[in-house]
Amino acid sequence: MTAAPARALPTGWPWLLVLLLAALAPLLVRSGYVLDVAINVMIFSIAAYGMNVMLGYAGLLPLAHAGFFGIGAYTVGLLTLKAGWSFWLAWPLGVALCAVLGLLLGLVAFRTRDDVFAIFTLGVGVIITQVINKWDALTGGNDGLNGIAAPKLLGIDFGKSLSFYYLALLSLALTIFLVARVRSSLFGRSLIAVRGGEDLARSAGINVYTHKLRVMMLSTALAGFAGGLYAVYIGFLGAAITGPTTTFTILLYLLVGGVGTLAGPLLGTLIIRVLQQSIQGLQDYQYIVFGPLLVLLVLFFPAGLAGLWEHLRGRRTASLSGRKAGKGVQDAGV
Amino acid sequence: MLAFDNLGIRFGGNQAVQGVTGSVTPGIITAIIGPNGAGKSTFFNLISGFYKPTSGTITFGGQDITRLPTHEVVGLGIARTFQTTTIYRELSVLENAVLGHRVRTRSGLWDALLATGRERREGRASEEAAMQALRRVGLEEQAHTLAGSLTQEAQKRVSIALALATGPQVLLLDEPAAGINPEETVNLTRTIRELAAGGLTVVLIEHKMSMVMKLADHIMVLHHGQKIAEGSPGQVSRDPAVVEAYLGGHAAPHIQAELKADLIQNAKDVVSATTTSATGGTPHA
Repeated sequence: MTAAPARALPTGWPWLLVLLLAALAPLLVRSGYVLDVAINVMIFSIAAYGMNVMLGYAGLLPLAHAGFFGIGAYTVGLLTLKAGWSFWLAWPLGVALCAVLGLLLGLVAFRTRDDVFAIFTLGVGVIITQVINKWDALTGGNDGLNGIAAPKLLGIDFGKSLSFYYLALLSLALTIFLVARVRSSLFGRSLIAVRGGEDLARSAGINVYTHKLRVMMLSTALAGFAGGLYAVYIGFLGAAITGPTTTFTILLYLLVGGVGTLAGPLLGTLIIRVLQQSIQGLQDYQYIVFGPLLVLLVLFFPAGLAGLWEHLRGRRTASLSGRKAGKGVQDAGV
Repeated sequence: MLAFDNLGIRFGGNQAVQGVTGSVTPGIITAIIGPNGAGKSTFFNLISGFYKPTSGTITFGGQDITRLPTHEVVGLGIARTFQTTTIYRELSVLENAVLGHRVRTRSGLWDALLATGRERREGRASEEAAMQALRRVGLEEQAHTLAGSLTQEAQKRVSIALALATGPQVLLLDEPAAGINPEETVNLTRTIRELAAGGLTVVLIEHKMSMVMKLADHIMVLHHGQKIAEGSPGQVSRDPAVVEAYLGGHAAPHIQAELKADLIQNAKDVVSATTTSATGGTPHA
């Protein structure tokens, strides 16, 4: 039925194909380097999906995103290192903690709108990083947390890149599956309504406040989900990864991939990460390449690469890649 | 039913609406008229919960709704449209109406994540309710069209369908005929009549006096935020206070001219109608 013009998964086949290819890839390409890049792409894609449900669907720019990524990561790091918890308990707890803290932040932050909301959350993000950085006794401060052990389950050692690759792939697949469900649900469609116009959403009887709170919880939970994976993959945590730089990097992935699209977060993260790897030699000068690229992209393809793809296939639904979302991003001074 | 007592709101030093008392009779079409800046839209924003009054109370079916947030007011059965056509232009016509039905559904984030039976049930129910709303405004053929690609008049109908999908008892229409041509106005007038005939209580703000006089069963006149007259179209158009308000120079020149012509024409019609019957009756008396 064409009833909902923006069904997130018109058919799951392309996604299953991608999943299958991704599952087979390590068997064909036996390179530790490629695995490492792929795992990083998948971890940060999950975080990007978390930002996408806020920015792309609800039209809110959450700039404390890396802070919640950090809270998820440090929860896993601290509980496994200092309290001796199993990763498989610490990880869900970190996700739940992020959801609860996201709710608490939302209770205050949603008294503001638009740009003010973005700036408010940016401030909260900075505070989270500062707390992590200064709370030596708990987080190790500047020294960070060292030696976070890779998880084991049923005799599988996820310290090996290949096993971890499949753990990350499973996590990403679950994330995309859930986000697709949310997008096509009544709840997700109401979020699109909130993005399209809050006053109209209100007059349609949508409780804008509770919808925002719930999507905030989903967003921060996904950030924490990615953070937990990151902690055990890297094995070391420093405060820097929880800062605004990471937030804006994730935002960059989203912009390039396509805000508000289902494929965008993965596509953007993949392309930028791979591009970064290939021009690593340029070091700081790589931004001379990235800057103009981003400007051109925002100018000519405001819906990102996924939007461009849909456009080329002639079935682009504006609702999924609305200009409004793009505008919100520009306003944030990125 | 819907009643308001001593309703008022003050923005800083500006008393936009002041001491308005009255009620809306169920099942009929009530029009709210008045010169520009008379506080008509503000009055709608108060009733629909967008603004919180600084004085007075609003009750609906005996329940005090003065402080309720908008979505709860909608839930109780008061829906509205906006002065400028406000719809989700980038969504399909049907999807617009589906969103209107959201107030009758309870599925939240968990239902979405777990794809619960409630989610599926409510999804189907929403689409049925939306189609029904589209039929009431004659848009069922365009259900799958992008709302933004429709004509102005059709977009007005989409906004009405969105409001109807909330399942209202009272429908507030803020200038439904603004920006559409005379022929379309006639069609829209017919639709509004049909809605009222179907038992819906309609309250509308309108500048096109010809439309108001034909459509309204009852008229309330606001001026400087206060209610200066109320009654049938005939009564109101002969009311000296109303004529003074319109001709007193508070309206923008072009609207003033239009209103003046409308009013005088209407007064003539009403007067000639009454004099004919009066003179017709006199000889026999």
